[in-house]
Amino acid sequence: MPQQMTGAEMVVEALKDQGVTDIFGYPGGAVLPMYDAIFQQDKVRHILVRHEQGATHMAEGYARSTGKVGVVLVTSGPGATNAVTGLTDALMDSIPIVCLTGQVATPLIGSDAFQECDTVGITRSCTKHNYLVKNVADLPRILHEAFYIARSGRPGPVLIDIPKDVQFAMGTYYGPTEIEATRHKSYRPQLEGDIRLIEAAVDMMLRAERPVFYTGGGVINAGPEASQHLRELAELTGFPVTSTLMGLGAFPGSSPQWLGMLGMHGSYQANMAMHDCDLMINLGARFDDRITGRIDAFSPQSRKIHVDIDPSSINKNIVIDLPIVGDVGHVLKEMVRIWRSKTNQPRTEALAPWWAEIETWRAKNSFGFANSSSVIKPQYAIQRLYEATKGRDVYVTTEVGQHQMWAAQHFPFDLPNRWMTSGGLGTMGYGLPAAIGVQVAHPEALVIDIAGEASVQMTMQEMSTAVQYGLPVKIFILNNERMGMVRQWQELLHGGRYAHSYSESLPDFVKLAEAYGGHGIKCDNPADLDAAIREMIDSPKPVLFDCLVEKHENCLPMIPSGKPHNEMILPDFAGDVGAVIDAKGRELV
Amino acid sequence: MNALLQPTGSVYSLVPETQTPERHTLSVLVDNEPGILARIVGLFAARGFNIDSLTVSETEHEKGLSRITVVTVATPKVLQQIKLQLERLVPVHRVHDLTDEGKSLERELALVKVASSGEPRAEALRLADAYRAQIVDATTESFVFEITGKPSKIDSFIAIMVPLGLVEVVRTGLAAIARGPEGM
Ligand SMILES: Cc1ncc(C[n+]2csc(CCOP(=O)(O)OP(=O)(O)O)c2C)c(N)n1
Ligand SMILES: [Mg+2]
Repeated sequence: MPQQMTGAEMVVEALKDQGVTDIFGYPGGAVLPMYDAIFQQDKVRHILVRHEQGATHMAEGYARSTGKVGVVLVTSGPGATNAVTGLTDALMDSIPIVCLTGQVATPLIGSDAFQECDTVGITRSCTKHNYLVKNVADLPRILHEAFYIARSGRPGPVLIDIPKDVQFAMGTYYGPTEIEATRHKSYRPQLEGDIRLIEAAVDMMLRAERPVFYTGGGVINAGPEASQHLRELAELTGFPVTSTLMGLGAFPGSSPQWLGMLGMHGSYQANMAMHDCDLMINLGARFDDRITGRIDAFSPQSRKIHVDIDPSSINKNIVIDLPIVGDVGHVLKEMVRIWRSKTNQPRTEALAPWWAEIETWRAKNSFGFANSSSVIKPQYAIQRLYEATKGRDVYVTTEVGQHQMWAAQHFPFDLPNRWMTSGGLGTMGYGLPAAIGVQVAHPEALVIDIAGEASVQMTMQEMSTAVQYGLPVKIFILNNERMGMVRQWQELLHGGRYAHSYSESLPDFVKLAEAYGGHGIKCDNPADLDAAIREMIDSPKPVLFDCLVEKHENCLPMIPSGKPHNEMILPDFAGDVGAVIDAKGRELV
Repeated sequence: MNALLQPTGSVYSLVPETQTPERHTLSVLVDNEPGILARIVGLFAARGFNIDSLTVSETEHEKGLSRITVVTVATPKVLQQIKLQLERLVPVHRVHDLTDEGKSLERELALVKVASSGEPRAEALRLADAYRAQIVDATTESFVFEITGKPSKIDSFIAIMVPLGLVEVVRTGLAAIARGPEGM
């Protein structure tokens, strides 16, 4: 039933109609009517953040862990500009977000009014789409359209800028089923893959002798069914599976067919399989430069199939033999069906030599490290954390740096939507607020941010949000008193000149936790680690765990610049790491 | 710079360009909504694509559609990206590469101001006639010619006018359409 109401009330009504139960926001002059509308209802819960960037990452964590659209509400001017990092992050990692911003009243737009900024101009290139609503009559359509655009096709952030007079204006509200244009009038991403191409892909797969599945975040975005189909297809075919950072969890880390993550800090067996395969099947990944290494030496002997919902990802970096545009879930389902119609035998014998080769690579134990009894090795800390949380309902977020890569290497997942990390943008400060967003969506779960001491200080103030809403997130800080990843690059590429890459004047994280009303734990002895981790898990409060680790550990294995996949630095590499980069690598800017 | 201080590598791998750039005319069908031009231009700027010429106008008022004609110079690989990136924009309906589809019509209009007297003035008039340019303004010491045609025809007309007192030129940019019965 169409109803008369104010623009601000329409916003809240549309949120309810879209099934939104939680939003993340921060008030200000230009959004007060919307806050008033929120105040007068109890269906949509508002989580008050401490900085708008935090709201965007919380919405990302919420979205990534549920498959739903995350919602952000911020004011004009500084509220909107503070949200830009999170919007860009969501765009790079294809996370569905709707961000509502207040704007100065329409007659004031362009007058440099107080807290005015060109929000749609600033966010045009960091959103999938954005709107400035000039007339309340357009608002219901735009609200529903925004949710449709955010979640369909390749998901991404959509921003709606709503001037204050539009929030006050009366108009007619329509629900998503009462209005024609709740889908956009022309935006129709292609979901179903061309069946002839899928058949051709299965034919290639049936003939492959050295195949590999290279999966990405697209499989997660396509929903849990897509992960199910991937597992089925892997089982049917007997092919090895690797994944990008964004795709972890789509395929079980405990499966013998799992090769581990690929790419710059991926496993030796995954990268060697990528390099030496005769058929690469890319499922919802985008040949990012962290994955390919040196482009002109990338997987030289393989034919390549690429399944992606975004046609622009195909042939962007790597030339593809068989492109399939479509939702990877649909395509996987069809691949399973077609494979079944042709055979019900995994080609065990045909693949045996390939698997034998893979096992020799696996035997290098490329994620191995020299443990110590006197100092906590960061990899060891993550392994212990994994062991202590195994079998629990656990979600992991990370910050950005070495700890992020070690988490990806040493904390395997058996389910999708359990791993939240900033892959494309690499945003330090993502993990703590993302963990809060995850905890809002999953109040009973164990939510851990595997953090670095530098990153976590970028959004530390959100501890206060966690305490306010009783969200017992566990911030597990691998404190190396260094911006470890920067330090590693300086060692590798800049002659060990460690310019500004150590963490000076660090706070006492235990006292800091207590100051916020959380619980603080410090541990610097490997022998005490298990008990300290247990204390963290058992605490009903948000926890800052200051885990003092080895300060100079390098994150290995690693594909250095100017090198193809088959020239990784392995952890047992004895010489000077800086000498591995040859003249060619030096020419790169 | 001290050799020691030179950076010895990079986090990115760069591959030298091997393809040669080509000039292509793209026709882009879009929703005529606020900011659409900024989206198109912003995409070209953000991804480092070239714009040689750009024209926009509403073409189907009832449906709220506009046609944007962009001339760009890019390698085949980049051209494909340009098309696909344009199609990613939510208000973009379709992108046609008129150059690829061959047999398209391309027209441009220019206003050309020439000031001279005596023999050069008479010569300008004769040439304008040969090029079928119209005189749209005249004073005793100047003319403004209006000329329509393929960009190459306009280029040559302008080149001829230079020694005859060319003052300034304004060009509309390209309008292009495919031949034959089919629409976009
Ligand atoms: C907002 C932001 N600024 C700068 C960087 C560049 N950067 C990447 S990793 C890193 C260091 C991270 O240090 P820390 O959080 O302590 O993690 P560690 O590598 O030591 O595990 C920096 C500065 C970034 N990714 N994000
Ligand atoms: Mg650190």
